[in-house]
Amino acid sequence: MAERLDLAGVEWQRVSSKLILAEYLSAVIPTVVFLVGSWFFGQVAPFTRPWLTAVIAVIVVISLALIPRRVRSIGYKLRDDDLLFRRGIMFQRFVAVPYGRMQLVDINRGPLSRALGLSELKFVTAAASTGITIPGMPQSEAETLRDKIVALAETRRAGL
Amino acid sequence: MTANGTAELADGQWHRLHPASPLLKGGLALVAVLGVVIANLRERIMHLFIPITNEFSGEEDPVDFIVANGLIGWAALVLAALLIVLIAGFYASWRMHTFRITGEAVEVRSGILFRTNRKARLDRIQGINIVRPMFARLFGAAKLEINQAGQDANVLLSYLGSAAADQLRVEILRLASGSRSPVARDDSEVQSSNFVERRVNELLAPELDPNLAPPESVVKLDMGRLIGSILLSNVTLVVVMIGIVTIVATVMSGELFILLTMIPAAISIGGYSIRRFTKSLRYSIAKTPDGIRVGYGLLSISNETLPPGRIHSIRVSQSLLWRPVGWWEVKVNIASRSATNKGADGQGMTTLLPVGDREDVRKVLELALPELDEANGRSPILTGIETKGFEGDGFSNSPRRAIAIRPFSWRRNGFAITPRSIVLRKGAIWRQLVVVPQPRIQSISMEQGPLLRALSLAAVKLHTVAGPITADIGALGVRDAIQFFENASAVAIDAAKSDRTHRWRDGQP
Repeated sequence: MAERLDLAGVEWQRVSSKLILAEYLSAVIPTVVFLVGSWFFGQVAPFTRPWLTAVIAVIVVISLALIPRRVRSIGYKLRDDDLLFRRGIMFQRFVAVPYGRMQLVDINRGPLSRALGLSELKFVTAAASTGITIPGMPQSEAETLRDKIVALAETRRAGL
Repeated sequence: MTANGTAELADGQWHRLHPASPLLKGGLALVAVLGVVIANLRERIMHLFIPITNEFSGEEDPVDFIVANGLIGWAALVLAALLIVLIAGFYASWRMHTFRITGEAVEVRSGILFRTNRKARLDRIQGINIVRPMFARLFGAAKLEINQAGQDANVLLSYLGSAAADQLRVEILRLASGSRSPVARDDSEVQSSNFVERRVNELLAPELDPNLAPPESVVKLDMGRLIGSILLSNVTLVVVMIGIVTIVATVMSGELFILLTMIPAAISIGGYSIRRFTKSLRYSIAKTPDGIRVGYGLLSISNETLPPGRIHSIRVSQSLLWRPVGWWEVKVNIASRSATNKGADGQGMTTLLPVGDREDVRKVLELALPELDEANGRSPILTGIETKGFEGDGFSNSPRRAIAIRPFSWRRNGFAITPRSIVLRKGAIWRQLVVVPQPRIQSISMEQGPLLRALSLAAVKLHTVAGPITADIGALGVRDAIQFFENASAVAIDAAKSDRTHRWRDGQP
């Protein structure tokens, strides 16, 4: 039996469910482009394999259908001394960053997330591979979390 | 106020660099210009000394033109003006280039029109290099570079007097270490008054001062082994393969020009090997009170001191061709990126030991990881270098089902947590052992994709500063991986809390 990764006894903080809407909206444009494109090529080049279109369409539909689960898989947790982060269903990733290791915290907002009142938090350490970004945080929550983590990092400041 | 002698340079006052600095910095260009001028005036100079050959080629050259038109005065004037501007510029840039070292930071001011002021905190020093290029050695001068974490974040003092650079390095390390007692000055050496004699003595002096480190802690590189290691490197494999392909292609097609196309590649590979060879000559690694000192070079010599706690991960590895002879290589990840001091392989100082046997590796690891002093040779760090996994070897190894994705190395693939490090043992054909000191871990991740999930396996990665080493381990059992992830994050937090290496001799005499 295939075993999944999981951390026992961690109550994950989830991101805003508005992120699902944001993800759908940002998926609309490539989907429309794909549909129009395949219809157009079907018109000008009738020899295009219909099954190819069907396969791609199935992949698109499945990935669209998985968006809510993917968003719900994103979680974070402030423990006593480190920040835990998780994301992914197919490709699971868990990261633990001690607060003292945080070098800076970014808040990013694109036009779409701004319209929905969402922010993306990005944490940077001295290691490039840490790579934690928490998307879909409500704006005020993102700012509170950033201030809290910066303060925590300050109290646990260490060398490199 | 002189940088030439061994006056106190770290007294918090502003000091200037070696007076010959502009000449040394522009030295090569100057020599080149002189060379061109001399080459062009060769016949004229010959003529001056040997007037019998009064009939030379007779072509109009600028000197003849000037003489013929009575412009000698003007030419002399222009030359003098040029010289004055040059000397004034050099003098001004030397006057304006000052540095000072206080208890907290090292500060450099430079530039005539565009002023630069750089200040670096002493407790953030990642290492100190002293580089002595051949040309500067003749003048008894050396470059001192103070490395800080980050891209182009180094403080370069070029040039200082050779002895002053050594003294300054000791002073800076003392201030940075937090030690309060002044360094015992070595005044026993009688300075020879004769300038030439002093230069010759400096040139012939051993690269590593025998008083600096106990000889039993010094690891040196054997010349024969160095040549052998280059001959048996992966580069050689590629060369042999390219050679075979080329010869086959030439024979098959009967076209000789294919051989000619290989000449540039051969030259560059030969150059690379020779550079690697000369850079690794007179290689030595030694323990000093202020960290590991790595020195190398025959004509242009350099040495780098890494204070304790500046090594972010270490890898002991063995390529396939080195296996029959039992040689190993030791690399490190460090936080600074030196712009001027390329290491033995031209990739910056990331190679701690270019080649060595098990005994050398043990010595180098003992220098780099203080915890080995207490382990009496039984630490997984030493036993894990070439062992296969077995019960009770101190490692948590991959389960049997990992054979699907680690067909050769699944027995060896494992991790161990020692008192102050985390050890990853990997690879059966290209054997390697990665050691990450616990206080240097930046973060930890655990991953699982569809393939690993089907096998109930997972991968764990320890994130450190960028370098040649990636500290990751795949194909662990899921429960082992989760346990490892939890334990590693816990020990990383504890170790970072109790780590005092940024002031490594704080409170000590």
